Amino acid sequence: MSSDFTRREVVGALAATAGAFLIPRPAQATEAGRIATHARRLAAAAGAAYTPKVYSAHEWATVQSLVDYVIPKDARSGSATDAAVPEFMDTMLDLEASMRTANRGGLAWIDHQCHLRFGRDFIDCADAQRRQLLDDIAFPRRARPEMAAGASWFNSFRDFTATGFFTSELGVHDLGYQGNTVLPEWTGCPAENYRRLGVTG
Amino acid sequence: MPIRTRQDVYDVCIVGSGAGGGMAAHELTRAGAKVILLEAGGMWDNTTDSDMFVQPWDTPRRGRSTAERPFGEHDACLGGWTVPGEPFTTAPGTQFQWWRARMVGGRTNHWGRISLRFGPDDFKHKTADGLGDDWPISYDEMAPYYDDLDRLVGIFGSHEGLRNHPDGVFQPPPRPRCWEMLVKKAADKHAVTCIPSRLSILTKPLNDRPACHYCGQCNRGCKVNANFSSTNVLLQPAMRTGKLALRTDAMVREVTVGADGLANGVVYIDKVSRTEKRVDARIVVLAASACESARILLNSKSAKFPNGLANSSGVVGKYITDTTGTDVGGFIPSLVDQPRHNCDGVGGAHLYMPWWLDNKKLDFPRGYHIEIWGGMGMPGYGFMGGIQGYPPGGGYGASLKNDYRRYWGASVGFSGRGEMIPNEDSYCELDPRTVDQWGIPVLRFHWKWSDHELLQVKHMQETFRTLLQEMGAVVSSSMPTREQNYGIATGGSIIHEVGGVRMGSSSTTSALNANCQAWDCKNLFVADGGPFTTQADKNPTWTILALSMRTSRYIAAQRKEGKL
Repeated sequence: MSSDFTRREVVGALAATAGAFLIPRPAQATEAGRIATHARRLAAAAGAAYTPKVYSAHEWATVQSLVDYVIPKDARSGSATDAAVPEFMDTMLDLEASMRTANRGGLAWIDHQCHLRFGRDFIDCADAQRRQLLDDIAFPRRARPEMAAGASWFNSFRDFTATGFFTSELGVHDLGYQGNTVLPEWTGCPAENYRRLGVTG
Repeated sequence: MPIRTRQDVYDVCIVGSGAGGGMAAHELTRAGAKVILLEAGGMWDNTTDSDMFVQPWDTPRRGRSTAERPFGEHDACLGGWTVPGEPFTTAPGTQFQWWRARMVGGRTNHWGRISLRFGPDDFKHKTADGLGDDWPISYDEMAPYYDDLDRLVGIFGSHEGLRNHPDGVFQPPPRPRCWEMLVKKAADKHAVTCIPSRLSILTKPLNDRPACHYCGQCNRGCKVNANFSSTNVLLQPAMRTGKLALRTDAMVREVTVGADGLANGVVYIDKVSRTEKRVDARIVVLAASACESARILLNSKSAKFPNGLANSSGVVGKYITDTTGTDVGGFIPSLVDQPRHNCDGVGGAHLYMPWWLDNKKLDFPRGYHIEIWGGMGMPGYGFMGGIQGYPPGGGYGASLKNDYRRYWGASVGFSGRGEMIPNEDSYCELDPRTVDQWGIPVLRFHWKWSDHELLQVKHMQETFRTLLQEMGAVVSSSMPTREQNYGIATGGSIIHEVGGVRMGSSSTTSALNANCQAWDCKNLFVADGGPFTTQADKNPTWTILALSMRTSRYIAAQRKEGKL
């Protein structure tokens, strides 16, 4: 019998003898390997300088600045750059080519606006100048029509930042997510949570 | 040409390893038959391959979908709306999506474990309102199989005594989460029945399987088998009998027949070597999914059966339905700033709303059930996307960061899942001009909603908005218009397509008899959603399982009597 048979065809008697149901196979190695590789990469990257795969040096500096305007450090937790959000973004753009145009185009739009208003790139603007621009695009319902492209882009950039931050270890702990663990039994939510909604569990 | 010996003839060849095929393999091996199971996808075992405890930061994609996993990279199910190299086509003007799972266990790796019995009315709706058709069997005939299924697979629920939503052999349901009780309060106020969900997730140990540990990630596959999948609840015991051979990457082209007009095996493409092979069998059971089984039959053309096998009535591919669906969600101010706690529970809602109204007082036939969603779930890709929809309408900085914390878990939504009535304009056929990468002619779909479905979905939208308003919600979406088909989900997108190889009481209007046995070929059976005469306002899986169990026991009994 060919090795092809042993890899892809499982016969009951064989499995019963071996005391296992399905025999090891490439898919399993791939799933585990995908995670292990990423963990190794994260470990290796800790403390080391990250080299962007997609963003140019200028874009990289712009993104690092912008994400911390979206999610800054506060009393409870660190900033978006502390949570490696720019690294997450660059990695996603590397994995998903279809995301690049809109994301990078928005960065260029930001610089264009800064040049029109202040004669320099976003990263060379003063904090107050940067905020003046962000104020114009961060609230889409009241954004002026000529700001529509920027407001639309900022919606997705803000979402992207939030995903990067709140799916990081730092962000998940900030949120206080307590699930995805083993509970010996399910007893419902704490009494306080029902009480404050005026319901009984 | 492979060498074949007498030993290579199987008693039964089953095509497809999902709910229907898994159950057939379980029942038939237990009855002593030598069975071969062909699966078009590859191996995947939830006990070893699941991402159950993978944290959001553990992968660079943070759970985002991939080409092979459209519901997210951690989702158990390999497959999707598009399968590389395996296209389908749609007739001009038709919008239809066809989900295919390509893996051992099929779509049981995908579904939400919502395990609802069809009720007495669901089998005899034509008698009640003149629409669609009656099944050739009744609820009373199905009840013993549902009971056995409940005991074999395990299901939780509550005894309610609702006439068309029959109770089962239930394990205790999990206590509702706090936000779910807020939904129930609104439902009670508007006389909408709201009861514990009925999910095939164990809350007590059963048959060597432990109870749920409430990690909330059922969709990733359960490493301990506390929920149902065909792979480990049905196929593993079948394997232990020593009677089952499982062959993966085997894409079936057709069922072959002998000079006597009986099925004698199947021809399949071995995807790895890209060669055509065959299996000889005394009985063939198709469980490849409703549309895929119809496709195999239509492709099984011979001199004796020029229109395809089991198709002298011409109904193969006809009377396909999908569940109707639409969703509305909203932001609930009273859920802002919830004290943190673990509200994961089981991987699904703990409450749902079965159909509660009398159609005689409504402008549409047939009902729907309501599924609910909300809570402080595990963060993943797309976390709180569209925050500009919440007060104050966007922003950035420290206040925005705090908004994410405050609003997390403050949205609740409703999804309606209703019954479509089979119609003449919704069907599939072979596309004469297109083949897939294996050279097999593909399906072309035709789809049309009628007012029955559209008015039902309108009612869903109105109901959801009423309930959300009752909960004090801010709903950003507006009521869809008639021109927008009231927001009805695209045909096929609810992934409940059934029919296509329907059973019936007459060989001129159905492909299968009351035992899911082909009228034209007595050793050919269908054991997936294909035999369904009609939908119901319930998810189909529990009935696929019970019906496959019934069909398989019929086959076993016929074999014992020497009739097959």
